[in-house]
Amino acid sequence: MRFGLILSEVGSGLRRNLSMVVAVVLVTFISLTFVGAAILLQFQINQMKGYWYDRAQVAIYMCTDTSTDGNCTLSEATDSEKDAVRAVLQSKALASLVDRVDFEDHKQVFAQYKKQFGGTSGADFVTPEFLPETFWVNLTDPDQADVIVESVSGLAGVEEVTDQRAYLEPIFGALNAASFTAVGIAVLMLVAAVLLIATTIRLSAFSRRRELGIMRLVGASNRFIQTPFILEGVVASLIGSVLASGAVVLLVRFFVQDYLGAQTEGTPLIGLGDAVIVVPVLILVGALLAALSASVAIGRYLKV
Amino acid sequence: MIRFDQVTKLYKGNARPALNSVSLEILRGEFVFLVGASGSGKSSFLRLVLREEQPSRGQIHVLGQDLGRLSSRKVPFFRRNLGVVFQDFRLLPQKSVFDNVAFTLQVIGKSKGFIQEAVPDVLKMVGLAGKASRLPHELSGGEQQRVAIARAIVNKPAILLADEPTGNLDPSTSAGIMTLLERISQGGTTVIMATHDAGIVDQMKRRVIELVSGQVVRDERQGGYQTQTLPVQSFGAPAGARAETL
Repeated sequence: MRFGLILSEVGSGLRRNLSMVVAVVLVTFISLTFVGAAILLQFQINQMKGYWYDRAQVAIYMCTDTSTDGNCTLSEATDSEKDAVRAVLQSKALASLVDRVDFEDHKQVFAQYKKQFGGTSGADFVTPEFLPETFWVNLTDPDQADVIVESVSGLAGVEEVTDQRAYLEPIFGALNAASFTAVGIAVLMLVAAVLLIATTIRLSAFSRRRELGIMRLVGASNRFIQTPFILEGVVASLIGSVLASGAVVLLVRFFVQDYLGAQTEGTPLIGLGDAVIVVPVLILVGALLAALSASVAIGRYLKV
Repeated sequence: MIRFDQVTKLYKGNARPALNSVSLEILRGEFVFLVGASGSGKSSFLRLVLREEQPSRGQIHVLGQDLGRLSSRKVPFFRRNLGVVFQDFRLLPQKSVFDNVAFTLQVIGKSKGFIQEAVPDVLKMVGLAGKASRLPHELSGGEQQRVAIARAIVNKPAILLADEPTGNLDPSTSAGIMTLLERISQGGTTVIMATHDAGIVDQMKRRVIELVSGQVVRDERQGGYQTQTLPVQSFGAPAGARAETL
């Protein structure tokens, strides 16, 4: 009986303020889509980090006859200097960090170079002696690359030590910036959504102030009075959340997987599984925000 | 039933109290007229009984409850024991007579079966048996006030507060309303009625409490709108102090 009464109140409230309700639906829809996009972008960044960092190596370039960079003095790194590098990598302090070490001599480096840049202008002038011999170090924990860089770069005969992750940082920086932008827009839009919900509920309460006055007079409990209004806000924002969830899933399905998947082959991309994780978050955020702002908005009418 | 102990009510931004150290007691089943000029504190008195306001000083007990200690969550349940009628009826214009009365019962969670029985009964009692499906604007002022009274008493409250219920009605219609209120009073309900209508007060010969500038200046059994005898039934203050205020 009372439940039916409350539901019919909610229905008539939604119909009465239809234009405001549509505004609430749209604003929550857009803001929560941005929230979802921001979360998905973070997922994507983590996934790419996991993928690339596992493959990133530390490269130790040894001196050549033509180099003066680093510790080089225009003389080829000697065998003893290379052994010293090997010894450091295998020393007790570093052994636990190092997963694998591969050494490429001039010939192998040259072959690799030919494979990558063969046919481009200038490539024909390069001879094996120009290209430094290289230790490729795979790490058990990519975050510990600095330790290797520091321990090896001081050694004689070492031209340069590079953590390949450094090349990825700008990409992740850009993705992070995009993600923060999305969060920023989402927060602004959510503030707008909260205010809009509060206004809608006030409007709804104002148009029913006679009923509210009588309800208070005859002793309707506060919960009974406020529930229809809170439900009204929650229903409106739930519609927005569901739309946003749909948008996020479609975004992943068609933009990320189909379009980006075709464009960037080999790059790991987020899947529908990730989108499905985001959906309940969006719905919960939408419902909670609506319930909170509606109950604050209606509170003024409940003072006894 | 209702007891005021040295109750003072001050509103913000107004140095003069709406009620000034009022002490009085109203017993079960009494019919009390509250008279006085506009601004004398009649409405404040009723609002305090309803606990729409809290006193600035003093204590109010209604139906055995100390209103100062009543938590705001319990106020709605306290109000279910009170009925209220206003000068402007305050009916819901888009609801029928039946629904206006039933609304009261719905919002306090009464069952459909109870409503189906109680509403026709109370409509019959106030003399609107055949008009249950009318809308308020199809009724005369007197009939609208009867609907409001039906709404106020359908839950069988112990106290009925009436704030100038005849203020908008002509004398003969008012007389009908007063007959109804008297019948309600005879049923054991305490009735407190604020009014300006001297004719009604003089005719009914009931207890009269007169307020002037927030003070009780007269409390007479079987009084008239204006006093014939020297007034003052003292509550808490010496009689001389009261007399001076006159």
